[in-house]
Amino acid sequence: MTMKTYTNTGNKDTRSGFGAGLTQLGKENDNVVALCADLTGSLKMDEFKANHPERFFQVGIAEANMIGIAAGLTIGGKVPFTGTFANFSTGRVYDQIRQSVAYSGKNVKICASHAGITLGEDGATHQILEDIGLMKMLPGMTVINTCDFNQTKAATLAIAAHEGPVYLRFGRPKVPNFTPENGTFELGKAVHLIEGSDVTIIATGHLVWEALEAAKILHDKGISAEVINIHTIKPLDEEAVVASAKKTGCVVTAEEHNFLGGLGESVARTLALHYPTPQEFVATNDTFGESGTPAQLMDKYGLNAEAIVSKARKVVARK
Amino acid sequence: MSSHSSLPDFVQQVRRDILRQVHKVNSGHPGGSLGCAEFFSVLYQEVLRYKSDFKMNGEGEDLFFLSNGHISPVYYSVLARSGFFPIDELNTFRLIDSRLQGHPTTHEGLPGVRIASGSLGQGMSVAIGAAEAKKLNQDDHLIYTLHGDGELQEGQNWEAIMYAAGNNIDNLIATIDYNGQQIDGSLKDVLPMGSLRAKFEAFGWHVIDVENGNDIDAIRKGLQKAKSMTGQGKPVCMLLHTVMGNGVDFMMHTHAWHGKAPNDDQLETALAQNPETLGDY
Repeated sequence: MTMKTYTNTGNKDTRSGFGAGLTQLGKENDNVVALCADLTGSLKMDEFKANHPERFFQVGIAEANMIGIAAGLTIGGKVPFTGTFANFSTGRVYDQIRQSVAYSGKNVKICASHAGITLGEDGATHQILEDIGLMKMLPGMTVINTCDFNQTKAATLAIAAHEGPVYLRFGRPKVPNFTPENGTFELGKAVHLIEGSDVTIIATGHLVWEALEAAKILHDKGISAEVINIHTIKPLDEEAVVASAKKTGCVVTAEEHNFLGGLGESVARTLALHYPTPQEFVATNDTFGESGTPAQLMDKYGLNAEAIVSKARKVVARK
Repeated sequence: MSSHSSLPDFVQQVRRDILRQVHKVNSGHPGGSLGCAEFFSVLYQEVLRYKSDFKMNGEGEDLFFLSNGHISPVYYSVLARSGFFPIDELNTFRLIDSRLQGHPTTHEGLPGVRIASGSLGQGMSVAIGAAEAKKLNQDDHLIYTLHGDGELQEGQNWEAIMYAAGNNIDNLIATIDYNGQQIDGSLKDVLPMGSLRAKFEAFGWHVIDVENGNDIDAIRKGLQKAKSMTGQGKPVCMLLHTVMGNGVDFMMHTHAWHGKAPNDDQLETALAQNPETLGDY
């Protein structure tokens, strides 16, 4: 039994992938504008700002105003990208996004860094684990959570070409970069990373690399894992989820998010409707985070390859 | 822009439309709507430069944003009577399957509306975005907005007010419907706000007062003055001192009709005070 493997071409942060994508968009599309709420460096928006000062809007520490201004800019034909931490991009401005962006059908790209527990030392006030749920519940909102630098860059380019509101979620730490450089990014399409027959691992964001590591460990134990990278949580590629569940008969979902409201719930709904299948969840367990290094936190909150392996063995036994 | 031979007649018909809309569905907000009937009429009939075919991007047009979306009855009446959609459609206000939702929205494709409003405090930010886009597009048309005075209790306004001054948004005329009332009572009883003029000036805005915000000529002069102050590096605030419920004697000078519809008898009395001018829908 051989298994496809992936090479880490060097650790890089996903937020830098966003910055690289935004820089490229700035050169290619005059309608792209960027807004930031006093976190330009953290969001890697400096280069866009330097290249196009007239198209960069520093709004200060005023996220609600930022979302409203972005909505207004779309009326004049602009394609605004807002940038701040995920916590301040969602929970803090939920009503502004709901009324001025989603309900109004505005073409705003809400780009959110430092998502999840890997934000690290700043602790729970800044570590949002509820944002996917908040955003996916909004009618018409596309929700994307990318896994590495290359995919985040590709997603940034892709959402500019998509008409409609988008929530793009990425993170702070440097993580393995393994998807193709300048790869294609198809909104709403699952990416099959590894073919397998015993269990399906459906992962998003930083957990995708961990899923690949888990597949190696499982392979050594004689369990063939299929690994699917879901970058677009909404709309979910239901066809890919159901097809893989039919093939393997059990599923583990993995995400850096609360099990309530996350990818796992979307997958569970899909399976309940179309192909009821045993499923286990790698996610935070309805809890806030805390201070610590990203690696310590991923370990403590059960968000790594070992946790995926454990859930995979458990779900295989449930078949 | 279209002009009407008699703006007082237009205003009177708008009042009838407001009263009949809210009466039919026994809900909606007549008080603030009546208080702003003159403002909307002057704005849409004489001031706003807009094209006859509605386009969302508003290129080459002045744009208006209603932030206090609950006064939708006056907005709908004036939009319909300015040619944005059939006047008969006012019959569908707040009914199922209507484009005339309780609060205005783009969601049902109603011409004339460019953003949903209702949850208060968001309109100024949206207007600033549209104003920034006008500047980027080198379109020298203006952005007009209307906000409730009580609405300024929402903090997002002050983020926007600070931003607009700090970034020289001088193609924006924000009008405040300064009627001193909100749902729970008078502003000074609910949350005293001090001097709005002093606040806006402190934030770096030009401020003008229209002492009688229900006088057509005073509104005309106020908007002309506001226009003359645009393009000077500062946003412009027009404090429009209005009377909630204006034009219907028993609805005036009280917050009681903020969000309450008249019954059959009350409607009859109110309409008798405002005879038909342009024809009811």
